[in-house]
Amino acid sequence: MFVKEQVDSIREKKRKWEETTLKKVIDRFPERKEEFRTLSGLPVQRVYTPLDVADQDYERDQGMPGEYPYTRGIQPTMYRGRLWTMRQYAGFGTAEESNERYKYLLEQGQTGLSVAFDLPTQIGLDSDHPLAEGEVGKVGVAIDSLQDMETLFAGIPLDKVSTSMTINAPAAILLAMYIAVAEKQGVAPEKLSGTIQNDILKEYVARGTYIFPPQPSMRLITDTFAYCSANLPNWNTISISGYHIREAGCTAVQEVAFTLANGIAYVDAAVKAGLDVDKFAPRLSFFFNAHMDLLEEVAKFRAARRLWARIMKERFGAKHPKSLMLRFHTQTAGCALTAQQPDNNVVRVTLQALAAVLGGTQSLHTNSRDEALALPSEDSVRIALRTQQIIAHESGVANTIDPLAGSYYVESLTNQIEERAMEYIEKIDALGGAVKAIEQGFMQREIQESAYEYQKAVEAEERIVVGVNKFQLEEEETPKDLLKVDPAVGRYQKEKLSQLRATRDQGAVEGALQRLKETAQSDANLLPPIIEAVKAYATLGEICDVLREVFGEYEASVIF
Amino acid sequence: MTDRPIRVLIAKPGLDGHDRGAKVLARALRDAGMEVIYTGLRQTPEQIVETGIQEDVDVIGLSILSGAHNHLFPRVMELLREKGAEDILVIGGGIIPEDDIPALKEAGIAEIFTPGTTTQAVIEYIKERAQQS
Amino acid sequence: MTLAEGILAGDQRALARLITMVENRPQEAISDLQALYPHTGKALVVGITGPPGAGKSTLVGRLAKKLRQLGKTVGIIAVDPTSPFTGGAILGDRIRMQELATDPGVFIRSMGTRGSLGGLAKATHNVIRILDAAGKDYIFVETVGVGQSEVDIVKTADTTLVVLVPGLGDDIQTIKAGILEIADIFVVNKADRQGADRVVAELEMMLDLSNREAAWRPPVYSTIATTNKGIDAVVEGIEGHIQHLRQNGQLEVRRRERYRTEIMAIVEEEIKARLLDLWSAGGLEQLLEKVAAREKDPFAAAREILQPITGNGKGGTP
Repeated sequence: MFVKEQVDSIREKKRKWEETTLKKVIDRFPERKEEFRTLSGLPVQRVYTPLDVADQDYERDQGMPGEYPYTRGIQPTMYRGRLWTMRQYAGFGTAEESNERYKYLLEQGQTGLSVAFDLPTQIGLDSDHPLAEGEVGKVGVAIDSLQDMETLFAGIPLDKVSTSMTINAPAAILLAMYIAVAEKQGVAPEKLSGTIQNDILKEYVARGTYIFPPQPSMRLITDTFAYCSANLPNWNTISISGYHIREAGCTAVQEVAFTLANGIAYVDAAVKAGLDVDKFAPRLSFFFNAHMDLLEEVAKFRAARRLWARIMKERFGAKHPKSLMLRFHTQTAGCALTAQQPDNNVVRVTLQALAAVLGGTQSLHTNSRDEALALPSEDSVRIALRTQQIIAHESGVANTIDPLAGSYYVESLTNQIEERAMEYIEKIDALGGAVKAIEQGFMQREIQESAYEYQKAVEAEERIVVGVNKFQLEEEETPKDLLKVDPAVGRYQKEKLSQLRATRDQGAVEGALQRLKETAQSDANLLPPIIEAVKAYATLGEICDVLREVFGEYEASVIF
Repeated sequence: MTDRPIRVLIAKPGLDGHDRGAKVLARALRDAGMEVIYTGLRQTPEQIVETGIQEDVDVIGLSILSGAHNHLFPRVMELLREKGAEDILVIGGGIIPEDDIPALKEAGIAEIFTPGTTTQAVIEYIKERAQQS
Repeated sequence: MTLAEGILAGDQRALARLITMVENRPQEAISDLQALYPHTGKALVVGITGPPGAGKSTLVGRLAKKLRQLGKTVGIIAVDPTSPFTGGAILGDRIRMQELATDPGVFIRSMGTRGSLGGLAKATHNVIRILDAAGKDYIFVETVGVGQSEVDIVKTADTTLVVLVPGLGDDIQTIKAGILEIADIFVVNKADRQGADRVVAELEMMLDLSNREAAWRPPVYSTIATTNKGIDAVVEGIEGHIQHLRQNGQLEVRRRERYRTEIMAIVEEEIKARLLDLWSAGGLEQLLEKVAAREKDPFAAAREILQPITGNGKGGTP
């Protein structure tokens, strides 16, 4: 990036500075700490200079926005053209209640929907399953059948909104329901835009809402890729997620490494299933965490973009520019929120959101201040959305592209994160790829080490968390207006289910489930029989039971 | 180290998969010299109580982030009483709103640890209480 | 009611508590163990060992489930290592068996190795007795690895399963001497993995070359425990081995050998404890001094210590 004479001169200058100006001060006033590190533990120098990026080649490593290797962003105009999508994850209770919340958010200026499902839905259980007791409608909306999905999107034209659904193990089934609702609204599949998370590997690693073992799960995913590339060209078929891996306690480097390693596994599986990489890769999307260390996070997003572009080009020979672009959604770090002095969380979320925007995210969810205490209240959700709007319209950071590029520190961190992530990916390759690495507990062990180290550092007060291990209040005031989910939701859903079972065409349901079973036993695409079953009003639990019977269930191993 | 290790069952009732806290605590308890029985995700109250009895634990630690604590915690206590094992100390942690805590204690949960609690505080609490029994 | 009476009346808590006592304060458990002894000897004890990650817990869980379907009751002892630095342990084997947790015909207990290996072997032995007296038809003892301590524990079993998996590389070579000696049955788990056939072939070859008793050639089974494949065959294999032991009288011979070892161990321990009681610490120190100063040789010193039993200076074996 610099000519040799320049570099030599700067090196000489820096040496002199260290011996004179710096030494004088540091002898009298030592620095606050022996060594400084990022939140993820990367060493941080006192000052960064051109010496730290001397090896960088601008055209090779940064390039222009919208061009390979996409370090500076995936679009040529970025937020000067269109702001990121402000997408608040929401959903609770019944489909009726969530439907109202969505309409409220759209009125408030939100530009995309993000559906949270309750845990029974996420692991393929109907609301009347014994294990669902106490869980129905708690962390998201309860969906048992197409009937609930119709209610959820009533009055919301599906050709006008993009919908993101946080659903993994049964993603294909919820997508089938979405397609069926659209059809009833008269909206053709090719008009639909949105995302299903559909990322089972990180469920095994960090999030825990798995159903089936890895192999059939991977098949469900590649079947979805194939079906969507033929029928839903604007649908993001997967959101490969580092978010939850980070929440489980890993570092920024591990977040990039494990997410991209999982991405490689999906691409590998799809290629092995006979799909052309440039047919499905443009619809892959990613989902990252925005944590507290602002500059490290910005570097992380830039490193992830560059590394993915290189992997897709060099490893998979992808040619379509869209196959090389790492498009991503960001959510601010839930684990960084504190239950103590919860209003401080508004400030934390602002910094995290800023990192996401400076890092070039395509969409963003900002957490609400009260989420360490309960589900967010409507007021808190509004402040969280306003935070994004203030960054977008008042802070000025959206006026130019990748404004931190060229910072010696940020560029140096970007390089370091990319390098270290690549080392991890090579290690995972040596273990036989992400699926094998997960089966052997490699990622899980690495994450737990990091999480435990972090906790010890906080308890030793090597890391300060304001309001938790320093600057505490004598008397904590707890916010009063926390959201409560009506416990009657469970009963209501059960009644709805038994009514549905009494009134639907039972023959049609059984026929559809039989065909689903036969398809599951063959190697034909699973989406068509799933769509048929959904339309016959087979429940989510019934459909998953058929697949459980054929595929078996995943059994987690405990790794310590 | 005391003459016998304190035995603790760390259990995750409910369907959520957020086991970071449970696992970090399990390791911290182990490093404090305790024997920790860890049973993984999605445990029913019945499984938790039977495990606690068979393993003859001094303490059961319940971790939940799904919001189903008001249903599941009292159910664990009820089953312990049915089996005559209410002497086992039961503590809870996770995302549990302040307002819910009095009723949970009423149901027999000895203590609720909310986010931000240090593992050291939990260790001290367990050591103090387990030595009383 | 004593713990032993509780156990015989089917009280799960009494059962769990006596196990705790055996682990923590074995001296205090003796009278209950004595009371239970007449009710033991019916259970079949199956030892399971193999390297970490072989899927032993899942396999045990599946075998237990199958035996339950056949109407048998099952006890499971899962041993995990204790940290030598902190004395603590994370015992995580149950996660693979939790669907059995609420089955009244199954009792699962996790144990840490707690430093002293000899102590663990003894405790395990007594826990087996307790589960036996509680009426369990089959008792599984699961340990990690194939080191000496595991071998000792496994020796308390009537039948020993060694579980292997593909992908261990050269490990099979290094452990083969140990496993050939103890295995009555081999299980190659995770048989859907690459290299499974090779592991089976290697084992068969090792067995061809071995000069173990000709009457029983350990069978090699392939399983995929997670999907229940091959489990029925292993259960039949276990029953087959027990049948074999019964028919040629080996079951009794093996058990008798264990009684001898057990009694002798108790005797040794008691004698040692009593003698050391008699010899105050100071007296022992003086003796050591003399040995160190070459005034006495170790044999003479030992004879002196044994004098209270032997009655003269000539007892003991040089």
